[in-house]
Amino acid sequence: MCGIVGLYLKNPALESQLGALFEPMLEAMTDRGPDSAGFAIYGDEVSDGWVKLTLQATTDEYDFKALTGELEGKLGASLDWFQNASAIVLKIKAEEATVRAALAELAPTVRIMSAGKSIEILKGMGLPKEISERFGLKNMKGSHIIGHTRMATESAVTMEGSHPFSTGADLCLVHNGSLSNHFRLRQELRREGINFDTENDTEVAAGYLAWRLQQGDSLKTALDSSLEALDGFFTFAIGTRNGFAVIRDPIACKPAILAETDDYVAMASEYQALSSLPGIEKAKVWEPVPATMYIWERASA
Amino acid sequence: MKTIDLSSATVRDLNQALHDQVNQLEEREWVVTHPNGAHNLAVGVNEAVSVDIQGHAGYYCAGMNQKASITVHGNVGVGCAENMMSGYVRVKGSASQAAGATAHGGLLVIEGDAGARCGISMKGVDIVVGGSIGHMSCFMGQAGRLVVCGDAGDALGDSLYETRIYVKGTVESLGSDCIAKEMRAEHLEELQVLLDRAGFNEKAADFKRYGSARQLYNFKVDNASAY
Repeated sequence: MCGIVGLYLKNPALESQLGALFEPMLEAMTDRGPDSAGFAIYGDEVSDGWVKLTLQATTDEYDFKALTGELEGKLGASLDWFQNASAIVLKIKAEEATVRAALAELAPTVRIMSAGKSIEILKGMGLPKEISERFGLKNMKGSHIIGHTRMATESAVTMEGSHPFSTGADLCLVHNGSLSNHFRLRQELRREGINFDTENDTEVAAGYLAWRLQQGDSLKTALDSSLEALDGFFTFAIGTRNGFAVIRDPIACKPAILAETDDYVAMASEYQALSSLPGIEKAKVWEPVPATMYIWERASA
Repeated sequence: MKTIDLSSATVRDLNQALHDQVNQLEEREWVVTHPNGAHNLAVGVNEAVSVDIQGHAGYYCAGMNQKASITVHGNVGVGCAENMMSGYVRVKGSASQAAGATAHGGLLVIEGDAGARCGISMKGVDIVVGGSIGHMSCFMGQAGRLVVCGDAGDALGDSLYETRIYVKGTVESLGSDCIAKEMRAEHLEELQVLLDRAGFNEKAADFKRYGSARQLYNFKVDNASAY
């Protein structure tokens, strides 16, 4: 069992409250996922030619100042960064692949949680409340956010095994359910050049989507083909640069509920997580149909 | 009338107070405010009380109900009125999966839509849905009636026993051993009674009946190769 929550703001005036609106949603799903939690927040886009990465170290004491100094020296690129608990958000005027190669050499223990123009992924072990406090979720601003509370069934409870998983530039995935063919699919995807850090089933779904998108599929085509390729139970929420998507497996064992008002679209595993949202009493509330993709995106920035 | 406000009281407070009515009936009319999607509301009630839930409810609302009349002014989560024995449950909004699962008796009315597996393994309950129902509904339904004013999803009535199903709209597909059947006078009559009891302005003649072909009741040696 796990919990999924997502909030996409239609009304830009609410962007300064995104974290405050989202924190109670994430914490309401504690019963469904008490062992780890995380979220992917979108906003504060970097300019053309820049890339934004979220890096996570194994301890809060990691010397990111030294690392960013070395990176600046090595690449000769302008950069800006700030630390948040054991993670940093790094903005750098360089190609993503160049930065990844430099980081692999300079800091092999530091994990790259996300990369893109807008996305920041923050996650870790502990109760959802501890995670939201650790990273100061309440004061965060942005256009949209998806989150996850985990009760692990398929693999170990670790920071790396918690959600969201990055699936490419500005893309991420959270998952409620379990996949039964992840072992074989992971082997096939490795042959296609996709890297995996864990034995986690969701990482395989993320890797599958990343691979399909690299092959030129649209998000919709990639998700449609995932319904064929993935064997198991799932409700997925997918964060994109401009919005988010929701899809459930054809049998629909795992729950999902959607709500929409003039101000926002919200999704959650259970209605309880939506009950703190303003105007929810008058929202349109419905259950997404199985094997059908729902997507909300604003016009490309 | 007694009001229980779930922004201060717990679900345990509510259910215990309702259960206590069996030993000593103190109040027949109950109102529940601020349910906010909480699970297990008004579960296991066993007295002829009325309960008005003013908002959305979570999983298993009105489960195992006996005698009580329970109305939800909102949507309900998974397993509403599961294993109901008697009484009346009305959902003014829509229901998630497995509404009325395994229920033996009483009447469940859902004014909106019901999700997948509505009436799964129903054993005598009557379910009337104002909107549409999801896939695998009435799977292994044994007794009772399922009435759908909208459409039905895939595999309706798979492995059906003796539940009678009435659908006004389209059926995406019928499950194994479920077939369309002739609507005879007694069916029109029982359906009209159910529609009237549910308070829906519908005519029985607009519905089609579905039931079991009774081909899966007993093992047939011709099917041995399928096992």
